[in-house]
Order: sequence, then C-alpha cells, then structure tokens
Amino acid sequence: MTTETNKKFNIDTVENAANTPDTELPWAELGLKQNEFEEIVKVLGRRPTGAELAMYSVMWSEHCSYKSSKNHLRQFGQKVTEEMKKDMLVGIGENAGVTNLGDGWAVTFKIESHNSPSFVEPYQGAATGIGGIVRDIISMGARPVAVMDPLRFGEIDHPDTARVMHGAVAGIGGYGNSLGLPNIGGEMVFDAVYQGNPLVNALAVGVMRHEDIRLANASGKGNKVVLFGARTGGDGIGGASVLASESFDDTKPSKRPAVQVGDPFAEKVLIECCLELFKGSLVEGIQDLGAAGISCATSELASNGDGGMQVELTDVLLRDPTLTPGEILMSESQERMMAVVTPENVEAFEAVMDKWAVEYAWLGEVTDTGRLIITWEGEVIVDVDPRTVAHDGPVYDRPYARPAWQDALQADTFTGSVQDAGRPAAPAELAAAVTELVASPNMCDKSWITKQYDRYVGGNTAMAFPDDAGVVRVDEETGLGVALATDANGRYTYLDPYNGAQLALAEAYRNVATSGAVPMAVSDCLNFGSPEDPDVMWQLAESIRGLSDACMELGVPVTGGNVSLYNQTGTTPIHPSPVVAVLGKLDDVARRTPSGWKEDGQAIYLLGTTANELDGSEWAKLRGHLGGLPPKVDLTAERQLGEILINASRDGMVDSAHDLSEGGLAAALVESSLRYGVGARIALEELLERDGVDLFTALFSESQARAIVSVPRSEEVRFKDMCTARGFAHLRIGVVDAASNALEINGVETLSLDALREAHEGTLPKYFG
Amino acid sequence: MPRIVVDVMPKPEILDPQGKAIVGALPRLGFTSFSAVRQGKRFELTVDGEVTDAILAQAREAAETLLSNPVIEDVVNVEVVEA
Amino acid sequence: MTELPLIGEAPVAAESRLNGARIGVVTFPGTLDDRDAARAVRLAGGTAVALWHADTELADVDAVVIPGGFSYGDYLRAGAISRFAPLMSKIIDAANSDAKLPVLGICNGFQILTESHLLPGSMIKNDHLKFLCRDQVLRVENNTTAWTADYEAGQEILVPLKNQDGQYIADDKTLDALEAEGRVAFRYVGFNPNGSRRDIAGITNAAGNVVGLMPHPEHAVEPGFGPESNSGTDGLGFFTSVLNKIVGGAK
Repeated sequence: MTTETNKKFNIDTVENAANTPDTELPWAELGLKQNEFEEIVKVLGRRPTGAELAMYSVMWSEHCSYKSSKNHLRQFGQKVTEEMKKDMLVGIGENAGVTNLGDGWAVTFKIESHNSPSFVEPYQGAATGIGGIVRDIISMGARPVAVMDPLRFGEIDHPDTARVMHGAVAGIGGYGNSLGLPNIGGEMVFDAVYQGNPLVNALAVGVMRHEDIRLANASGKGNKVVLFGARTGGDGIGGASVLASESFDDTKPSKRPAVQVGDPFAEKVLIECCLELFKGSLVEGIQDLGAAGISCATSELASNGDGGMQVELTDVLLRDPTLTPGEILMSESQERMMAVVTPENVEAFEAVMDKWAVEYAWLGEVTDTGRLIITWEGEVIVDVDPRTVAHDGPVYDRPYARPAWQDALQADTFTGSVQDAGRPAAPAELAAAVTELVASPNMCDKSWITKQYDRYVGGNTAMAFPDDAGVVRVDEETGLGVALATDANGRYTYLDPYNGAQLALAEAYRNVATSGAVPMAVSDCLNFGSPEDPDVMWQLAESIRGLSDACMELGVPVTGGNVSLYNQTGTTPIHPSPVVAVLGKLDDVARRTPSGWKEDGQAIYLLGTTANELDGSEWAKLRGHLGGLPPKVDLTAERQLGEILINASRDGMVDSAHDLSEGGLAAALVESSLRYGVGARIALEELLERDGVDLFTALFSESQARAIVSVPRSEEVRFKDMCTARGFAHLRIGVVDAASNALEINGVETLSLDALREAHEGTLPKYFG
Repeated sequence: MPRIVVDVMPKPEILDPQGKAIVGALPRLGFTSFSAVRQGKRFELTVDGEVTDAILAQAREAAETLLSNPVIEDVVNVEVVEA
Repeated sequence: MTELPLIGEAPVAAESRLNGARIGVVTFPGTLDDRDAARAVRLAGGTAVALWHADTELADVDAVVIPGGFSYGDYLRAGAISRFAPLMSKIIDAANSDAKLPVLGICNGFQILTESHLLPGSMIKNDHLKFLCRDQVLRVENNTTAWTADYEAGQEILVPLKNQDGQYIADDKTLDALEAEGRVAFRYVGFNPNGSRRDIAGITNAAGNVVGLMPHPEHAVEPGFGPESNSGTDGLGFFTSVLNKIVGGAK
C-alpha cells in the first residue's frame, strides 16, 4: 500500500466550486443533458466540482440510472403476488436476486448485457461481460457455479460477423473457462438487424447457504471502507456514459469508448478471496465495481447503508499514475471489489488478502453524516448526498406511440404472401425443406461454439447444451439442483412487443419445465434501440408490460435484470430483443430429462395443439418474410404443460422431452433424433385431422405450449391418463426406431440421420472454420 | 533507470502455430512481402542503478531458468537499454 | 454441507479398506479442478487431503495429484511460475526419493511437471489455436504405472479433454526414447485434438510413479456427470490404481 506522491493537478475543490459559480464545465462532452446539469446544480446548491461532475455523468447515464426505463420497470416489482414472494429472499434492487431452494440453500442469478464493447473489441468486450456478471454474483455472497451466453450477431455470411464471432466466443471461453465456471447453455441467433449492434448477454448463477447472503450496504459508523483486487487504470473511462448516450453513427466523429481489458486470473483469485471473507464473516457489506467503478461503489454502498462515507482518493492503488481524480472515479478497471469491514476484522481481512496476494487499499470509513465526502490529499473534492447519485437520478417519461407502420406489418401475414409461393408439399420437397431448416444458421448445430467452452469444471454439470436447459447440481448428498434457460425472439417481438415478450418468457419457462425442473424466478435482459425514438420506446413499454403480466400469470417473479438501450446504427434500431432467463429447481438432478430418445420402441407423444402459425417463424425467415402476428400466447396451457412435464419427469413416465419452439415440430423431431443418433417413425395423419392443418403446417408452424416426449411402453397408460385427467391435448405420433438410422415421417421422404447430421453440423464450420 | 531487454523465441525446429496464423493473416490486409512469421516474447527488466556485469549475469540466468523454457525456447538476445 | 474447504482435510470417504490412503491435492492461485480431483479420490474410496502451494512441508500423504486449471493465469507459460512454489520442491524430492511418491499431473498439472523437468517435453498451444472441450478416446499404453495398474494394456477409455495449450512436443531423440522405454502412458485414439507429437496424451517417468496427461480423468468418475456415451466413469481407474497400490491391494 503506498500513498501516491503529490500530483500536479489543478484540484477543483468543493470550496473552489462554491466560489467560482461561473466556471464552464464539460457536461455535454461527458454525456449529460442541459436539464440534467441544471438539476445537479440545484441538488448541490452550487456548481459541481470536476470530480462530482464525473460521478454524476456516469451514474446518471442510461446504463447506470435506467432513467428511460425506470418508470416502466416498476411493474416487475408491482405485479407480484404473495405466493410469488414466498421464495424470494432478495428481490430487485440488489446486485442480483436470491431465491430460496430449500434445505438451507439459496441460489442467485442474473443476466446482463455487454453489447457495445463487444462490437468495438469482441474478445475483451465479451470477456469482461462475463467478468462483470460473475462479480455481481460474488457480491451477493455466493460461489458462482455456471455461466450462459445468449448471442445475437449479424448475417452469418457477412465478413464482420466472423470478426465478432471469433472474438466474442474466444473471449467468453477465455474468461469463463479461466474462472472455472462451466458454460451450460446459451443461444446463437444470426440476423441482419444485429449487424452493427451485436448482442452479447451473459448470465451467471451462484449458490450459497442462507446465512451467506450478503448485501451491498455500508452500515456501522466507524467501519472501514476498503478497495481490493486489481489496480485502477484508464479502462473504460467514460465508457458507461458515452455508450448510453451515443450510437455508432457514421456522421458524428467516432467516439470510441475505451474498452475494458479483463484478467480472469485476477478474478479467480478474487472469487476465492471473497469466499474466505464470507466464510469468516469478515465483511459487513460488499459491492463489486462494474460500470462507473468507484463512483458507483461508494455512492451505492453509502446510500444503501447508514448514508455516509468518507474516502481519501489518493489512497486508491493506481496502475496509471497520470489519472486525474475524475478519471479515477470513472475508471472501469476490472476485477475490483469494495467492502465495509469492522475495525476488529481488519487484521483478519488483511491476512486473507495476503494469502491470495491480492492488493488492497483502506480508503476511508462509514460515517453518519448522510454525505459522501471524497478528499484529495485532504481537500474535499466531492461532497454529495449519495442517494442523489445512486438512486434519485433523473427519471424520464419518454414519449412513446404505436408506430404508424405496425398495422401494415401485422396485416402482412406469411400465408399467401409472395414468399409463400411454391410451398413444399410433395414428399421430396418436404424432406428438402426439413433439411434446409435444420442446416439454417439459427437452427444448425452449435458445437463450433460450445466446444470452446468447458462444460465439466466443478463436476456438477448434470446437463448442458444442446439439451433444453442447463442443469447444475447444488447439493452432492441430496442431488438438489437448478435448471436454467434463456430465450428471446426479436422477430416475434418486432411483430408484437407485448406478446413477443410473453413468448420469450413462455419459451424459457417451457424449457426449464421440459428438463423436469419447477420454474421459480426470472431475470431479464432488455436489449432495445434508442428510447428517444417513440417507436422504440413503445416497443420497450409494451415488452415490459407484457413480460410483467406474464410473470404474474405464470407465478414467477423477476428478481433482477438489465436494460441495454441505444442498440442502433444511425436511426435503425435492432429488433426489440427482450432476453428472458428462467431458473428452476430440481429436487434431484439425477431425474432431469434429456432432450433426445434412446430406447427402441418407446412411444412418441406430441403434447399440445397445432394451428397455422407461420408468421415470424424460422421458415418464414428462410423465405425472406417478416410480417403478421406471432404465435398465440396461452399461459394457462404453458402452466399445464409444465406441470405435466415436471410430474412425468419426477415419476419416470418419460425418458426424454423436447419442447417445440423455433422451427416447430420438424426441428424438434430432428433434434431429438440426432441427440443420441436414434431414429423414429412418425405418422401425423391423426394430428392433421384433429387440428385441421396440412402436413407442411404441422411440421413448420411455431404454435406454443407444445412438447414431444418419449414414453416407455410400461408407462404409456399412466402417462395418457395423467394428460387426460388434466384435459391437456396429447397424441401418439410415432415410435422410436433404433434400427432405421432415419427419421421417417409419413408423407415426407426418408431422412437418413447421417444426411441430417451432415447438414445440421456443417453450417458453422463452413463459415467460421 | 536502465533496463535489460531479454528476447525469447521458439526454437527453430518448433512449429509455431501462432506465427503460422499471423503469416496467413497478413496477406488479407495487403501485406504480401512476408513469407514467414515467428512469434516470441520480449521482457524488460528494470534495474535501480547501474547495470554491473554481475547484474547482467543474473539477467542471463533468469532468462535461462524462468523467462524461457529451454525445451522449446531459445534466449536470442540480452542487452542493456538506457531508460 | 459437502463443500470441500480450501484448507484442512476433506470429509473422509465412507467405510472402505482404501480410506486409509491419503491423496494430497495441490491448490495454486488459479487452480480450477482441485475440488474435482478431491471428489474423484473420495469416490474411489480414498481420503483427499487439501495441500496449499505455499506450504513448506509436504503433509503426510501417500500420493499427490496436481490438478488442472490456469495456475497464475498461465502467465509467462503454463505452469512456469507454479513449478517454483515451495511445496513443489518438496513434491519433487519425494517423487525422486526412494519412496517414489506417486504424483499425477492433470492438464495444468502435467504442464507443471514438464516445467519442473520431472517429465520431459513441453506443451504449446493447440495447433488449431482454440480452446477445445471434447470427450476423447485414449488408449492406455502402459498399465504398469502407479496410476494405471487397474487398466488393461491397450484398453480404450473415454475421458474429457479441455484445454487451449495441450499440444505435447519434444525433440525426436526424446520421443524415440519415450517410445523405446515404454514411457508413453496414453495415446489419443481416432482423433488427435491438438497436434501432440506421436498422438501422445500422457507420459510417465522411468520409475512409473510420476505420470502426466492432458485429459481429465477426474471428470469421468461419477455417472451422470461425465461423458454421456458410456458409463462416464472410465477415469476412476486412475484413482483406484493408486489407492490399491498404497494399501497394497491386488493389482
């Protein structure tokens, strides 16, 4: 620990600010709007110092303050029943939500975005995205146990997509693998709308015992404040406020945010350090440093606790001695944590740091003044009410309105459109169509990506990609575990934001139930364009309204999440892409249900009903069409289906289950066959009759609340009776046929598994090597 | 303050996959004059004060025992650079 | 709670004639698979003992596992810094002593053993330059080592492989000697995942007590958590071999 030598800065002290009210300040360059600057002056009763201006500029940025979405996000906290609160140990507002698993276990999870940095510097952007979300999990007192990565990039054959793909996947693997966190699932979607605005969302999940739960607050006057981990440098200075305020616009001078560079070894050591601190009860409160670095950590810790803190900024350990106080406050250097420690625990705290060779600096202490005071060599450069920085920032009621083009878009249904001409009907045509579908970029095998991730580390991964949910064991004695799935559909949401968001939740909920787990909690990552565009703001408002309504109807609360706005190039936003993560509980992970069949002769059942719902489908995408209305949402049916799948899994009535979503029945049948390389014989005549659809529609429609299961002969009666008792549509559509090595569907030419596999697995290597 | 620079390269007989990837990438950016690339490491050791023969010898030994793996790497240069 | 504590002893395995055997598992800063190695020891019937890299004395253990991970972030070179840890010099002494302490280096552990010169050769980056995680078939070439006695010679096993710098290389003289002396312990079968010379996945020292390999047997010890295509427990043999040897049981 060293104190930096005197620097030659013109320190703008509070006293100086009070005496020089007319000094011009670069608030616009820092991303603040005029009204925001005036509000700061009003709050302080004087002009802000340079350091205070830096703090407010990052903390009041869109990314940190949620100023455009806060009004709408309230719905997640409002539309909650008592039943939903039952297992919520920590809700929205903390670093991550915490859910009770029973037996004294708790689980914490959250999904976040790191979009813009991943476009600028794919490897580091994606890597630090993982780093950031993992730190959120640690700061709740948990050991992180797994990560997931939903990715959305541009067209597969665009040269820039390869740049982003190679970098982002290597970065996620490079960072996650080095932390010892298995990657248990994710998504990969290619669509032109994400070309200039790739979406890299990262999810982390951690487990702890109830007594280990920690919160980010600073309480106890006289307790010490310590910053530990990596040294502070110039990473990401202004990153948060710049990102939130500017898009990648060709017409403006390029405003490249300084990208953060991650060091996963430093974070691994930090994880072990923190776990020892928690075990020894050596910290009263802890906060990780992410966007807005020290500005965020100090103001949030202070405002969540007793309200006051005093910090000497020259005590911060620097890796770049030329940083000004404002820059130190804004720096987004990675792998740093801030904690509050009682004087009695200081020695023990230092012992843990020394054991792991982690650097630390005692910056100050908690006070009862209700003010956050930061000094530079003893002179006060920041004197604010921390709540005004961290919580009471501006809140905007952005205007929004249903776009003028929405009606025409919804009227443009796929069926009968020019792109629908020549719809496959003959057996050979249908076979070709199925093969084309499973080879398409969004539906193809993703091993090129997933084999760059460690799925084994920790020894608790019970299920991972390509199954429907990632499953991690929590308790080695009892087999208690959690299942996770993330889903989103930008096309559905573009057609109908309210329903599209509900469909994302429905799909993730269904995926978790398909694995046999009971859905318990939700985390959301809302990726949208500019909130200053009324069309986009309408999409955001409708999506939040839809998602919050659906959460209440399905009884799963949002425990935390993230909003990423300004994902657009020029005036063209991405498709509204609310990514929904659902976490479920499995009493015994040994009972989890895989997504493919193995045993010859098992009966294959289709659960749910099929309608003509091709709008926004993968098939429509292949034909170049986007219009109409997304598939109907039926949350009651999703709940019923979930219960059937969970009970069937628990009682051993099914050996495999795979939910239907993008790509419909065709995709599900192929995936279930290729999973273990075991074919099947399928006959859909009864289905066509019952639901009044033709064979093509039965195969490619994306109707919701459906799943296919394979049922051992000995369980068939019991299974059918259960479905009948619940009044849920179920139909035997075929049988597992191990000898055929093919997927035989009546009316479709034979699909050899070898040919399907070649098509399915050949796509990503073809484009990415 | 003077520095001692140590350069470490993979042994000539070692196939260098990173160098191979780089030489493949250069032409794509318009650099067509390079037939081979090998990637090594450069270390800079700062000395407080004068670099004596003894200190230089220490640097050489550090280079052989820690900074390079003699199974696959050669120390190709050890020199003093004034700050 | 079944969490393995960082310091101190792991919970003792259920009643078994092997649980008197104590296998040390070393943790360096950045080690990742230490918990998994300890679990493998427990599942095989032995007692896992957590060892810390900075310890200056080797605790009373009958064998040592140096697990996988990214110790010291693989800075400088994988294993280059770890090999100088205080405990490593004790392990090296014990391995070279008359007692011939059995030492198993897995992945990063193998890298530490080559950097320490307990084993010849070195690992460089995978020839395709990427991290690769796959279930890999290995052939057990040498079943006379402390860690492979429970396998048949020529037996094929399925074990997860997951690394970025797993390409084993050595000069021809060394490779020829390894082959001639039967010191290639495992070979990649069907697919060479990283360009390793002569398809070598793991080797042993002349005495057969020090074995290093890049794949991870500790991830193939528990049904449902290892490779799917078979029992998923092909890796248990490493641990039962050494436990049996220690307890003096049947080969």
